[in-house]
Amino acid sequence: MYLTGDVRGLSRRDLLARSVAAGAALVVGTGFVFSPRGAWAVEVTALKPQTMATLIQLARDIYPHDKVADEFYAVAVKGHDDKAAGDPVHLALIEDGIADLDTRAGAGGYLGRGWEAERVAILRDIAGTPFFQAVRGGLVVGLYNQKAIWPIFGYQGESFSQGGYIERGFDDIAWL
Amino acid sequence: MPAPYDLNDDSVVVIIGTGAGGGTLANELAQKGVDVVALEAGARYLPEDYVNDEWESFSQLAWLDMRTTSGDWRVARDFSGLPAWIVKAVGGTTTHWAGASLRFQDHEFKGLTNYGAVAGANLLDWPITLADLEPFYARAEDKLGVTRTNGIPGLPGNNNYKVFEAGAKALNYTEVHTGRMAINSQERADRLACQQTGFCFQGCKWGAKWSTAYTEIPAGEATGRLEVREKSHAVRIEHDDAGKVTGVEYIDATGARQFQKARIVCVAGNSIESPRLLLMSESNRFANGLANSSDQVGRNYMRHVTGSVYATFDKPVRMWRGTTMAGIMQDEAHHDPARGFVGGYELETLALGLPFMAAFLDPGAWGREFTSALDAYENMAGMWIVGEDMPQATNRITLSDTAKDQWGLPAPNVHFDDHPNDVAMRNHAYARGIAMYEAVGATRTFPTTPYPSTHNLGTNRMSARAEDGVVNAHGQTHDIANLFISDGSQFTTGAAENPTLTIVALAIRQAEFIAGEMSKRSI
Repeated sequence: MYLTGDVRGLSRRDLLARSVAAGAALVVGTGFVFSPRGAWAVEVTALKPQTMATLIQLARDIYPHDKVADEFYAVAVKGHDDKAAGDPVHLALIEDGIADLDTRAGAGGYLGRGWEAERVAILRDIAGTPFFQAVRGGLVVGLYNQKAIWPIFGYQGESFSQGGYIERGFDDIAWL
Repeated sequence: MPAPYDLNDDSVVVIIGTGAGGGTLANELAQKGVDVVALEAGARYLPEDYVNDEWESFSQLAWLDMRTTSGDWRVARDFSGLPAWIVKAVGGTTTHWAGASLRFQDHEFKGLTNYGAVAGANLLDWPITLADLEPFYARAEDKLGVTRTNGIPGLPGNNNYKVFEAGAKALNYTEVHTGRMAINSQERADRLACQQTGFCFQGCKWGAKWSTAYTEIPAGEATGRLEVREKSHAVRIEHDDAGKVTGVEYIDATGARQFQKARIVCVAGNSIESPRLLLMSESNRFANGLANSSDQVGRNYMRHVTGSVYATFDKPVRMWRGTTMAGIMQDEAHHDPARGFVGGYELETLALGLPFMAAFLDPGAWGREFTSALDAYENMAGMWIVGEDMPQATNRITLSDTAKDQWGLPAPNVHFDDHPNDVAMRNHAYARGIAMYEAVGATRTFPTTPYPSTHNLGTNRMSARAEDGVVNAHGQTHDIANLFISDGSQFTTGAAENPTLTIVALAIRQAEFIAGEMSKRSI
């Protein structure tokens, strides 16, 4: 597992990093990206940790859901790090893509742009690139197929194990 | 007991595919004492194997062999390698279908006569009429246990249906109900009643929905006259010097090439694979592919005028609860050119889970316009359009010059351009669907682009004259007496109705014809 759901799963190194975490932004450590409250961490093996932090923000800007925490976006893009570890072409695609975003954003880089609208304006210019499409395409399954986020949307997933909805509200609409 | 037949047994009927057409035909022939070998490219999955998770089930069941696309349809851009969402498994797409079981309307068997020579369309009348098919529709409805036939009550309406029904009635539509569904509303034929579980597209874990996988196939096997060879992919149909087919070469579960001799070959691999197999079976004698003297093999590919309308409301709907296709509105199914198009369409409720909604609501879209729709997923209702599309000679299945499947065989390319009639019908249906939802308080509506095709039709069409099509009124190829087509690729035109009931009715009828001709020794 590259993600831990709570602090009990964190390594000593994670906990050390947690102690320095403060503020709203993600904390970039050596080989890890941490949440500011230390609730989770994502290990980075091939990509630069700073790249992963930017990738997580990029993922949120592509599919922004304000009730979905960063850790789910981190899970959704972690596959790019895994793939980059064995695929130099993919490594370059992601690193170069993030570097391009930072260049386009100017001083302070992509993460330095405070408003979503500013970042999205940059994304509109690169929406046709293989980099953007690789990140966006991966998110469709990588983000929305995480069972842990379904309750945030009210989606209940499978019901067979509970006998279906025949006794559990398949026709309970009351406002019509 | 399943009967094992020898590869050199040239008395058997070989059926390629075990879905609505092939699976039904296999059982019907076996019940008549005919020896059948069914070659099925997929593996056998039964209700206990089905997975109520959209992507996991997709990986389990979907036909994912290499395919390519071309044409102006948006599927070619958004899902270039996935022109169709159909199944590779024993039971074929009857594992995946939603269960809607509608008879064609009388006028739909005579598209050319009733619609006239529509520019750009390759319309033709069927060589059979509704009256010809009615006795077989009746048998098909009994076999499938279709609700609202044979005294079987309709299914109860779920939340998604209730929104749909209220909207339809607000617009003074009257033909609105919970459908004619091949889903048990009560226990029947040793199968359970629907438990309103959802996931009809992922295989019914209760077995309440009819699928050949657990009805026709085991019933046929129980006669001792049917052998189903799983993971057996047909690659070529051979013929002799007299021009009769002699058997089928296939790749078995171990990857080895085999050849099964046959007295008769019936092709039921769906409207992409069936013409592909005929084209791949080209020979010196049939240089243009088997049964293709008309040059119609692979042409006239139809996929219905489809599309969806989703809408969000200020309060929850929870559309995913209960049957996926939970009701229908048929007031627009008639032919009335005053609407600006020929033919008609049905509106049927449809629900997707969150993962598939993210993939299909607006493929490629991103940003808050898109994600705010998903944020309202719990408050969303949905419907699907099923309308008659125009057959066009240029909409066709061809063999790719470059792309190969995992066996090194040429991949099928699926070319599709919308006909102007298709576009006019879809726009009309979008407007009516939006009006239905707005009539009950929708806060936002989404006219959603068609998904990869689930209804694949017409690529070996029926015709009275050999020069107009590939098969005659019994699905027998015009060119080769012991070669039949037994799936939806026979359809001369698509009609407005979901095709499965008609595929089953044609298979029952074809079984009678084949058994009769065999006993007369005419084939």
